Amino acid sequence: MSEQSCFHCGLTILKNEEIDFDEKKFCCQGCKTVYEIFSLHDLTCYYDFEKSPGATPQDIQGKYDFLDSEAILSKVLEFQEGNTAIVSLNIPHIHCSSCIWILENLNRIQSGISSSQVNFPEKKVRITFDSDQVSLKSIVYMLSSIGYEPYISLENYETGQKNVDRTLTYKLGMAFFCFGNIMLLSFPEYFEIKEFWLDNYKPFFRGLIFILSLPSLLYSASDYYVSAYKSIKSKMLNIDIPIALGIIVMFVRSTFDVVMNYGSGFFDSLTGLIFFMLLGKMFQIKTYSFLSFERDFKSYFPIAVTRINLDASEESVPIYDVEKGNRLLIRNQELIPVDGILISEKAEIDYSFVTGEAVSIEKKSGDKVFAGGKQIGKVIEMEVLFSVSQSYLTQLWSNEIFQKKVLQKHKTITDAISRYFTPILLLIAFAGFGYWIFFDANIAFNVFTAVLIVACPCALALTAPFTFGNILRILGKQKLYLKNALVIEQLAKVDTIVFDKTGTITTIKKSDITYEGVSFSDENLIVLKNVLRASNHPLSRMLYDFLPETKKLKIDDFEEITGKGIVASVENETIQIGSASFVGAPILYESQIEKTALHIKIGGIYCGKYTFKNQYRDGLEKLFFALSEKYQIKVLSGDNDGERANLEAVLPKNTELIFNQKPEQKLEFIRQLQEKGQNVMMVGDGLNDAGALAQSNVGISISENVNVFSPACDAILDASEFSRLDYFLQLSQDSIKIIKMSFVLSLLYNVIGLSFAITGNLLPLVAAIIMPLSTITIVSFVTLMSNFYASRK
Amino acid sequence: MSVIYLLITVSIFIAICFFIAFIVAVKSGQYDDDYTPSVRMLFDDETKITAPNINSSTEEKQV
Repeated sequence: MSEQSCFHCGLTILKNEEIDFDEKKFCCQGCKTVYEIFSLHDLTCYYDFEKSPGATPQDIQGKYDFLDSEAILSKVLEFQEGNTAIVSLNIPHIHCSSCIWILENLNRIQSGISSSQVNFPEKKVRITFDSDQVSLKSIVYMLSSIGYEPYISLENYETGQKNVDRTLTYKLGMAFFCFGNIMLLSFPEYFEIKEFWLDNYKPFFRGLIFILSLPSLLYSASDYYVSAYKSIKSKMLNIDIPIALGIIVMFVRSTFDVVMNYGSGFFDSLTGLIFFMLLGKMFQIKTYSFLSFERDFKSYFPIAVTRINLDASEESVPIYDVEKGNRLLIRNQELIPVDGILISEKAEIDYSFVTGEAVSIEKKSGDKVFAGGKQIGKVIEMEVLFSVSQSYLTQLWSNEIFQKKVLQKHKTITDAISRYFTPILLLIAFAGFGYWIFFDANIAFNVFTAVLIVACPCALALTAPFTFGNILRILGKQKLYLKNALVIEQLAKVDTIVFDKTGTITTIKKSDITYEGVSFSDENLIVLKNVLRASNHPLSRMLYDFLPETKKLKIDDFEEITGKGIVASVENETIQIGSASFVGAPILYESQIEKTALHIKIGGIYCGKYTFKNQYRDGLEKLFFALSEKYQIKVLSGDNDGERANLEAVLPKNTELIFNQKPEQKLEFIRQLQEKGQNVMMVGDGLNDAGALAQSNVGISISENVNVFSPACDAILDASEFSRLDYFLQLSQDSIKIIKMSFVLSLLYNVIGLSFAITGNLLPLVAAIIMPLSTITIVSFVTLMSNFYASRK
Repeated sequence: MSVIYLLITVSIFIAICFFIAFIVAVKSGQYDDDYTPSVRMLFDDETKITAPNINSSTEEKQV
């Protein structure tokens, strides 16, 4: 078979579905239509930047009707005044330069759009349009028709301009400005040349330096005073106390020196210190703007839903307005936003958002349906039992763990050290003062201040930010995305690992398929494959991919009965594929345990069944054995224990397996472990793990595609790197080791500096040399070491 | 030699101007998205007739 790929989307073209148009080949009608739209508006350059950049447009009939409602519209729009409106839309498909180009040329496709701007890292497009000429709904439809369907969720409901905190950038800029200028102005003083003109201008230079140091001292360093004050108040000696103390003492002593004309003071070291420490803070922050670690159900849920009023009219209502007793209409691929009772005869609901389980569940009229499920197939009607906030899934978020914003769940390693560092430092300072006071009050004052200046733990404070910042970047390159640097310390402390089963240690992509029964003749296999091709049911798709490639046949009659199976006839032979009861499988083949299976009947004779077993991720066994040496491992599952035997065969002996866990029970399980004093890492994927992820010390969410949504967590791991979890844990422990080594190094500098200080010989020049020297060695040491550890497998 | 007062005043003044420019640039959000502009500047006012070939000069970047 010759491999032909679609000119628009790059997918392989099936030979009998190929569409030739304008001398190009397309895989489907949708792709061709997009090409037509582009060529109609002279936008075919789209295909020049990247090869096959497009996506096949999806059928979205009626999906965005809610955008007609004024109330919803005003919530979604970022800005509206007169007829000018601005909207920011999240478009997951944005992935290449062609995307940027086409989205920034939207005004050529749709009149009324005045401009559009893409933010690539955030995968967003900001469209300014004339609301008299074009509605948001038609823009959304237009975007969908060219394959860039925006993702509008409940999260958009509370938009408005987000306030980006740029304070640190300002502070850093200010600190650099002051530092640079002071360095230049203090240059003449370094040489201590007795020169007439230099002496003449000394007061001018020193005065200027004094003034320049003020913004750095008062504005840039303000965080340290606040933090030091807070830590004294809560009686926890953190690293910011000696820093704040050092800064203030340095400033007072320098001002004193300058006023009394004793010397030039330490303003250069002071501003340099502030600058380097802020730089460390900046380095520690590495944000992945295309990821979000704070997601809750709002990012999954639709913004509005279709309600059927008493007079049978349909209306789009915001889902917060849905009340008990309402009747809702759920279309194909729409999410059920609330718990309710199914009114339509049948529904096929996919709970993969919630559980990670790819196989959909069949519901009958009168059954309860839970929020978070996705309807597959026909339009259904349901009656609401609970409002959004009271639904089974969303109630999880009313748990207190989601209410409090835990700023710091633990004490950092730096703070732990400074608990000893700060008292010792003060002791040395007072001891020096007490000793010299018997000889000379002036020297005593000098020694006291010099100790505090030189011991200001600049290098100590820089160690952790630079190590963690570097590790954070290394892990990011290896597809483990951490929320912030604190997570690394948490990772290193973990002693218990809890895994979710479905979707976490099993993969939803592949399934292990086995066949039991009468073996098929070649013709039958061809028939089977062709019938499956027509079905969209996930199991059919999986089986279709599993069966060997065959030639295509024409199917005469095809009917898919939702929740049951397929009846089709090919060349006058009837074939039935589906559940045991549907096909009428003999008792012998009725499954003993609940297992997912497709039964086959050809020409009225029962053939056998295909059983789908969960496929565990590659390298799972190896990973678990590596981890079980150091950690306690537990597996939680929301499913029944049908898989117990299989799991026990794969996993190490001491692994605890717990089945039938509801989301709250998972959370409770983690809490109980923590009460026993264990540091728990939770690895999960679906929304049902969200509570456990939030409760655990480190919550890692596994994601097949990091661009799609994952629940709130501390870290997001790309599923392909799952088997390297032990390496990541090892690396986080190594980083703590690096920090400890570097602490020793920086303490060494402190001892050298102190030996100058305690003897009363600390000159501004010496301070100005020691300070940057220690900073540079520390920064390069930790960077080299962390790269060294990361390169070890 | 008293010209040094003038020189230093002017130099500090210029430094302050640059500093203000920096603050304004940060405030306007110029540094929020550091990838898209680098791609955008490679686009001309393309139409079908004057389509230049920038074939895959920019590779997909994993940010």
